[in-house]
Amino acid sequence: MSSQGLNGIIHKKDLDTVSSSGMDLSEKTRSASFLQQDNRVEFYRSLSEGVEIMGIEEAIKNIPEAKGYYGQAFDSLKRQYPLDTQGGYFIRIKKGRTVELPIQACLFLKAQGFQQKVHNLIIVEEGAKAYLITGCSASEAADEAFHLGISEFFVKQGAYLNFTMIHSWKEDVSVKPMSIAIVEGGSSFISNYICLRPVKEINMYPTAVLKGEEAKASFNSLILSHPGSLQDIGSRVILGARNCQAEIVSRAVSKGGKVIARGHLKAEQKDIRAHLECRGLILTEKGTIHAIPEMESEFRDVDMSHEAAIGRINKEEIEYLCARGFSKEQAQSIIVRGFMDVNVLALPDMLKQEISALEDKTLKGSF
Amino acid sequence: MLEVRNLTVAVSGKIILKDIDLKIEDGQVMVLFGPNGSGKTTLIKTIMGFGGYKIKKGEIAFQGKIINELPVDERVKLGIGIMYQHPPKIRGVKLKQISGFLSSDPDIIESLSQKLSLSEHLDRDVNLDFSGGEMKRSELFQVILQNPDLLLLDEPESGVDIENIHVMGRVLNEYLKQEKKSALVITHTGYILDYINAQKGCVMSEGKFWCVGDPREMFDAIRDFGYEKCKECICPHKA
Repeated sequence: MSSQGLNGIIHKKDLDTVSSSGMDLSEKTRSASFLQQDNRVEFYRSLSEGVEIMGIEEAIKNIPEAKGYYGQAFDSLKRQYPLDTQGGYFIRIKKGRTVELPIQACLFLKAQGFQQKVHNLIIVEEGAKAYLITGCSASEAADEAFHLGISEFFVKQGAYLNFTMIHSWKEDVSVKPMSIAIVEGGSSFISNYICLRPVKEINMYPTAVLKGEEAKASFNSLILSHPGSLQDIGSRVILGARNCQAEIVSRAVSKGGKVIARGHLKAEQKDIRAHLECRGLILTEKGTIHAIPEMESEFRDVDMSHEAAIGRINKEEIEYLCARGFSKEQAQSIIVRGFMDVNVLALPDMLKQEISALEDKTLKGSF
Repeated sequence: MLEVRNLTVAVSGKIILKDIDLKIEDGQVMVLFGPNGSGKTTLIKTIMGFGGYKIKKGEIAFQGKIINELPVDERVKLGIGIMYQHPPKIRGVKLKQISGFLSSDPDIIESLSQKLSLSEHLDRDVNLDFSGGEMKRSELFQVILQNPDLLLLDEPESGVDIENIHVMGRVLNEYLKQEKKSALVITHTGYILDYINAQKGCVMSEGKFWCVGDPREMFDAIRDFGYEKCKECICPHKA
């Protein structure tokens, strides 16, 4: 473990890549930070009294409750999860604390062909509130690498977690995140997902289980698909108590790759409200977007809806901008950038600008 | 400024405009009357160069240059601007973004947006969830920031309440009072005529011009006798 800041640990040539996944290496705008390269937990530090942060193995060794939570979310849904993980983060936000600045965690693939498998555990105690950004990225050298990330979220009674995951991979990296959030009564779990850089394959279907009354979950994603990639990305919310609410919103743009945008809303109680929205833009002949929205209810007293729309850019929109003096190419680029608007995500104001600037940088010249 | 010569236009293979001649001088405002489906919007969209409006015959000249083949944005650069009747909604594209492109002067953007009660709309997605009146004000806002020499206004006042017609009318009049600013205006209600100094009016029906005259007199006659009467009273005239 290094005593210097996060900035000093990451190799100079990797700085841009790590920053592109939303990490503030100066730590100035973050309340806590965690960094793992391949299977090594290289750094963690909390700058806020309300946040405990460390590697998962250390947490299991030293924090008695951590062991009790480990695997519990998967067990509760009778789901298997890989046990051969090395590393991952443990984050706990203490009861009643509001942590204003985001917590950041970086999972970085460094070595060629490395198979990174991590298990993360996030506990937001009763009445606590926090923002978490996880950035996952790969170095130039990490050819044909693989990342498996298991995440278990426990959002306790009346708590709030706004979780943003930014994937910043490369053409030959395969990725499989597995996430389950257990959300108790009166609490909110918000998940924002951004993947704008090339990747070989992503397969993920995170699930939130709303266990107590008036619990809320929302999943929002922005996906850009490059030629040759396969992104099978879904979100599922199980509404298990009355007066729960869920929303799934996704925006996918295909420049030639294949996107499968799944969404599943399941009502296990009455008096719930849930909405699913999936919009896709296909920019080239070779691009594919397959939207699979699913809704399930055994009850009559539910309010569930979905809308899905896929197609090319509307010609009338391009013409409208041309009639304001933009060239056709400029118009197309503005429309696609607008389609990927940061406001699709449910980000706090302080992160909106930051993520929007990150998007601008990543998408520059893309369309 | 604008000269349309012997123009025949087809949409989806069907002839909509037939042998149209039209001339708008520098600083002249011309009003286009006509029943629904008579080809007024087609004429404006053809002048703007929108896709789907195929010129079968004739020419459109702007500032002495034939623009038949020019793409839309090139026509804008020459000085033509359009105010849409039904603008599309574009998600994620803010009105602020477009106005910032149209004018580099933030003071002008601010004062005009205030005049048109659009200050709060600048941060919104353009036309998304705008009311009918808001859309029209936003269209006028954009086209004035664009500062064209020829304004093409397609029913600028439809769906706008009386109070806002007054605001828009004043802004428009102020703009058109400048030297060498011309306009071609489509109106059904005629309200906009109370605010702008239109010199010429013409009635269009079945893709042709039928009558040319003083726009206010024409509007009164149309209100009293309908468009059919316009056809009867004068033989086809050239605008």
